Amino acid sequence: MKNYKIKSYKSNVFFVFILITLIFIQCKDDDDNGNVIELISCDDGIQNGDEDGIDCGGSLCLPCQDNQLNFDGNFVQEDIAGRPGVNIIFGITDLSKNNFNVSEVANRIIFQEDFQEVIESYYDIYAISLDIPTDDLNYENNILNWNAETFTTIMSNYDALQVAPDGPTTYYNATNNLVFTGRNLSDDVMDFTLKLMFGGGDGTRFDGNNDTPQLTTDGVGLGDRDFTLSFPYLEAPLTLE
Amino acid sequence: MKKRKLFTVIGVFSLLLLSLTFMSLDHVDATNVTGTSSDIADFYAFEGDNPDNTVFVATIQGILSPGGITENAVFDEDVLIEFNIDNTGDFVEDLVIQAIKRGDSIYFFGPAIPNQTGLESGVLTSAASHLVQISSTQETFITNEDGMSFFAGPRREPSYFDFNRFIDISNGDAAPAGFYPPEESTDFFLDLNTLAIVVEVPNTLLGNAPPHILESQGAISGLPPAYNVWVSSKRKE
Repeated sequence: MKNYKIKSYKSNVFFVFILITLIFIQCKDDDDNGNVIELISCDDGIQNGDEDGIDCGGSLCLPCQDNQLNFDGNFVQEDIAGRPGVNIIFGITDLSKNNFNVSEVANRIIFQEDFQEVIESYYDIYAISLDIPTDDLNYENNILNWNAETFTTIMSNYDALQVAPDGPTTYYNATNNLVFTGRNLSDDVMDFTLKLMFGGGDGTRFDGNNDTPQLTTDGVGLGDRDFTLSFPYLEAPLTLE
Repeated sequence: MKKRKLFTVIGVFSLLLLSLTFMSLDHVDATNVTGTSSDIADFYAFEGDNPDNTVFVATIQGILSPGGITENAVFDEDVLIEFNIDNTGDFVEDLVIQAIKRGDSIYFFGPAIPNQTGLESGVLTSAASHLVQISSTQETFITNEDGMSFFAGPRREPSYFDFNRFIDISNGDAAPAGFYPPEESTDFFLDLNTLAIVVEVPNTLLGNAPPHILESQGAISGLPPAYNVWVSSKRKE
């Protein structure tokens, strides 16, 4: 077996030159023809490769200055959230939810009837299980004295959080009778929404007592979450250690 | 008539069950966004430790298990997150605060008047801008500038709900009992993380708040003026 050695000095220089060049130039071939290589460099006046901006950032180039970054483009809505739990509780089908996510907040009245049907369907489920004629078990005005149409109009049509700049912010505070002035991390928004849906006039209609189903609270609270922190107010992520 | 209604009920909730893959609180989202980089999990707005400020929190791509899944979760440079503020009461955004990733940071623009409202947006590069380095599971970065504060990165999931039991209720499997009592309930979100964007803004930058929408619609009386706010995610075409 012969050993091959590079004995020529010129060859060594050549190979070192190639190596240095490759550090600063990245080859990319993303054409369909499979045999045309595109040279990308930090000096070609184009944002290419994994650059964050024109000739900057990414794995090869110096970090971008702010005025080099590219924020061009038209961005199209894919998801939206305002009032908590609206889509989860009222979105009856995937199609409805998909349409809701790409709808404008001011254009939601089309969903009001769907939402009202959803409420009736929930009541029908429980009527059937309790052996009550479905026509005899229906939504009753809630603690805010909203009928079904008002309730579903507010849930569908005004699907935004209201947040007050003056005064305490809360989704629901029974103590000071304040509602819908914001949403704190600690607010039990799902219980309040359930109470509005199933609680009737005093909030206790379906609270699990007197052989009624428990539909006004899910039984889950903050647990060991700490919501007393300063900015950014949310706890550090859980780790496996 | 009763039979037809029963089939309708079963049919509707079978569809709901089939559409569920991930769960979250805007969370159980439609299949066109679930699990994607534009999936908004939840949204909060409240007064800050400084009562002259309002804090906006958006959780994105929730339901992250601790460990590798949290470590590998990243914001998408093609996804623009927008906090929308309506300060006239017509539910069209008057101001936006935009957030988008570039490199290892989130760049914020605004609060500023958007060039266009509704389902499409461009980034307001001429508006006041700030940036914050994206935090990791080990390091927290915050930017405090011009009276505003900014954070972006993984956080512990703040939402709480017995989501599995709710699914049972939705498809009729929990009747007649309904939800569990506290000692038997399960918080689906208890041991999970999420990506979060948090912005704290002086109210002076948000304009005057309009009459509370529920007050002006006659639904509730005695409420203070309030902005209408929501968060959207938009993907670059």
